Amino acid sequence: MNWLWSNLDLVGELMLVHLALSVPAIILSFVISIPIGWIAHRQRWSRGVLLALCGLLYAIPSLPLLIALPVFTGQRTTSPINLMFALTLYGIAVIVRTAADAFDAVEPDVRQSATAVGYSATGRFWGVELPLAGPVLLSGLRVVIVSTVSLATIGAVIGVQSLGSLFTDGLQRGIQAEIITGIVATMVLAIGLDWASVAIGRLLMPWSRPNANTSKAASTTLVKAADTL
Amino acid sequence: MIEFRGVTKQFPDGTVAVSGVDIVIPPRKTTVFVGSSGSGKTTLLRMINRMVDPTSGQVLIDGTDVATLEPVGLRRSIGYVMQNSGLLPHRKVVDNVATVPLLRGEKKAAAHAHALELLDTVGLDRSLADKYPSQLSGGQQQRVGVARGLAVDPNILLMDEPFGAVDPIVRAELQQELLRLQGELGKTVVFVTHDIDEAFLLGDQVVIMQHGGQISQAASPAEILANPADDFVADFVGANRGKRALHLTEVDGRRIVVDDDGRPAGVLAS
Repeated sequence: MNWLWSNLDLVGELMLVHLALSVPAIILSFVISIPIGWIAHRQRWSRGVLLALCGLLYAIPSLPLLIALPVFTGQRTTSPINLMFALTLYGIAVIVRTAADAFDAVEPDVRQSATAVGYSATGRFWGVELPLAGPVLLSGLRVVIVSTVSLATIGAVIGVQSLGSLFTDGLQRGIQAEIITGIVATMVLAIGLDWASVAIGRLLMPWSRPNANTSKAASTTLVKAADTL
Repeated sequence: MIEFRGVTKQFPDGTVAVSGVDIVIPPRKTTVFVGSSGSGKTTLLRMINRMVDPTSGQVLIDGTDVATLEPVGLRRSIGYVMQNSGLLPHRKVVDNVATVPLLRGEKKAAAHAHALELLDTVGLDRSLADKYPSQLSGGQQQRVGVARGLAVDPNILLMDEPFGAVDPIVRAELQQELLRLQGELGKTVVFVTHDIDEAFLLGDQVVIMQHGGQISQAASPAEILANPADDFVADFVGANRGKRALHLTEVDGRRIVVDDDGRPAGVLAS
């Protein structure tokens, strides 16, 4: 605990650095996976290939990837951009299947009725299919958030600062409190971002709140039950 | 007036859904296409707003071949009501009703005000306007579907088995409501169902379809019952059996109408 109190500044700063690394990667992988998922959903033949290729990304060992990436990105190995790039690739691997499933989950009836009343193809994508894919996309996003925040710690091994630096530093100097702080701070960050994504989802998709009816109905029943008591 | 001229539809897999259909759908009347599944009735309906294009032949609305019209604009000018309401689950009732006017670029306030009036028209309370479709009963959803179909005051209203998924009591209620509305509005209604009773109740003209997408008979309900075109039609409308083959018996001095199984269907009014 003493270690934590005397190093609060450092932990706070690393948290910000960690956020700056993972949030862009999370957003990028989310945004990129949507069109890929859409194509996999629309073109049946492409589905197997696309999903297999994206899944394969996850099979690339992270350390060699981080070391090899600069060849393609032209960045230094220790550059945060390099790490962000790798995190984005892994994020895509995690979410792309869910993105395809999300569009599959939109009821054909609804899609057809949207066409029948006069939605154009583009209007239907933005106005009907994307919002209705939202709840499943959000569940995929939540997995990416947690996995990316935890994976970002690996940067410490190749010299990119993050909360992972607390593990490596703690390990080298034999400070157990520092290692534990690193683990807990990473988890706190992941949970915080997860909650934020759920809150934003509620705001954007008020219609999808699970059992909005039933919970309301249940609470009225409770109130009634209380009244009779 | 809608006119089908030698319309055939063959799907890429080889199935012939509609085969050589010629039919005129008179304006301001209700025409019901009735047949079992696979008779091509829904395909015919969808050709009117170009959800499906015929392989050969023409579909004309007031003399204009729909193939020459741009599909999205055409669809926005025709009301469409489908089974399971087809409402957008992520939009409130009022937005659902206003869907097409908003797509056409109407101002939101005006479209919403009009949507509330339409809820009155279809017999729904305005308090439902801010609910989501999933919070409504099946019958209420179907009424919202009808309100949406009427939102741009179209001349043509296409109804694809709109009451197929609701229970019999609600269905009867919705059917009466549609008759009332049609009496007030006088749209050209094209209605698809597999229920012959519904067809006879709602249709000014009933078109009986048989498997393979051919028309067996197109006439008024009374005419079909009086002169079924062939055995298929006679069988389909049940003219030879069951509750349509009615005869008279005398019970306690009153003349009772009974069906084929001997179940009383009513008394003969004198």
